[in-house]
Amino acid sequence: MLRFFHQLGSPKHFYRIAGAWIPWLAAACGVLVLYGLYQGMVVAPTDYQQGDSYRIMFIHVPSAWMSLFIYVVMAAAGAIGLIWHMKLAEVIAISSAPIGASFTFLALITGSIWGKPMWGTWWVWDARLTSELILLFLYLGVMALYSAVDDKRTAARAAAILAIVGVVNIPIIHYSVEWWNTLHQGPTVTKFGAPSIDLRMLIPLLVMAVAFKLFYLLVVLMRARVEVLERERNARWVRELVERS
Amino acid sequence: MNLQAFFHMGGYAVYVWSSYAIALVVLVANILAPLRQRRRLLRQLARRQRRERRQP
Amino acid sequence: MTTASLNRAFALLLWRDLLLAFRRRTELLNPLLFFVLVTTLFPLGIGADPALLRQIAPGIIWVAALLAAMLSLDSVFRSDFEDGSLEQFLLSAQPLSVLVLAKVIVHWLITGLPLLIVAPLLGLLLNLPGESIATLMLTLLLGTPVLSLVGAIGVALTVGLRRGGMILSLLVLPLYIPVLIFAADAVQSAGAGLSISAHLSLLAALLMLSVSLSPLATAAALKISLG
Repeated sequence: MLRFFHQLGSPKHFYRIAGAWIPWLAAACGVLVLYGLYQGMVVAPTDYQQGDSYRIMFIHVPSAWMSLFIYVVMAAAGAIGLIWHMKLAEVIAISSAPIGASFTFLALITGSIWGKPMWGTWWVWDARLTSELILLFLYLGVMALYSAVDDKRTAARAAAILAIVGVVNIPIIHYSVEWWNTLHQGPTVTKFGAPSIDLRMLIPLLVMAVAFKLFYLLVVLMRARVEVLERERNARWVRELVERS
Repeated sequence: MNLQAFFHMGGYAVYVWSSYAIALVVLVANILAPLRQRRRLLRQLARRQRRERRQP
Repeated sequence: MTTASLNRAFALLLWRDLLLAFRRRTELLNPLLFFVLVTTLFPLGIGADPALLRQIAPGIIWVAALLAAMLSLDSVFRSDFEDGSLEQFLLSAQPLSVLVLAKVIVHWLITGLPLLIVAPLLGLLLNLPGESIATLMLTLLLGTPVLSLVGAIGVALTVGLRRGGMILSLLVLPLYIPVLIFAADAVQSAGAGLSISAHLSLLAALLMLSVSLSPLATAAALKISLG
């Protein structure tokens, strides 16, 4: 077990092991998505308040969960990379940023589309939508900083610092926006949070949440492999790999 | 449940299906981006190694 | 290394940076002019209705302060980076975070404090009542140091970049949002005759948090940026 983790730390073995995992992850993720969609779009009953529009929830809510989850993972991986000088953790951190930004974008856009029939407008300055928007800015900041610095090693470390600063700020931003929202918005935004969600709605939601987690794992490994290849371009194993392909 | 009702989504078809379409596009793009990057990188490295072999 | 030598290094750096700043007196005025100019653009853009202006004045003044603070951030480390003294700080025996704190304090003294002084004037121009103006100054007193402290992290991350300006704003502005929310709302509440002690406590908490954490993050960022 220990040897496994030690091997995972070396770029060559990481590349190989991740490459072996990817097809399985893709298959598991695909199966879960199809099952979740079937449960969510066909089996789950129509909501008595929102009609069928609530079915956007099955991508909106998992995306919103993922957007926060990935930011925390990114900051944690960044911290590990900074403290223990683990290159692989840096790679994971920086590979997470675009995926997290994608999920944040998805959560925003589906929230907005869901809001149109429910609130009658594409956008309200609702606390959750607003903090999600700021989260997107935080992601874009990390990505912009990474691409602006030429030396990729330095860039990843700088981006990691920014991610850590962001993770300290996320609760502060979240609560300040929430506070601001309750002061300014009043009770115009009706929350549809049903107190007891139907099990037939809950199951597809959880299935989709797991599927999105697997999707993140899949894409982060794919991205990390490319990143490792790029960083190790002068290593012997990469040269041999290129020869073979 | 018949197929027509399924696509109709109780009148919310535009909202529901556009959400799912956007999600599909974003997720597929996430899969394709690293694949494309990897192919481009491998091609670039292969070209470099060929060049190096010609002029050692 | 003793505490005395640390205090001395801190004081010397503070004095040196102030001196350098006052040698370029005209540059000191620029953020201030920017602050006043941006604020005067708003009535021209949206009309001079006094009631409307009074309502949006806190937001305008605070957004202008945010932008002025951000645009002046570059001066925290830029000249020291260019003449190489920043690398000397990194090599010095004193903890970098303390030296960073001295530089941030100077930045606040030369950019944040002047905003505090002209803010009442802008408040009058925008029809703010006296009660709100006093609150505005209090929030600026508590809030602008946070802007300098948090901004320093962003500058430290971008100091080595040739065109770091745009990126700096992308990094720093989202982190400024809590200050904007609490401060602008405090001024508005004061105008409506409501209690503002909660706002001020929260701003003070943000200040305490950033004083204790931001120099550490800035020092770490500088070490990375300068490799």
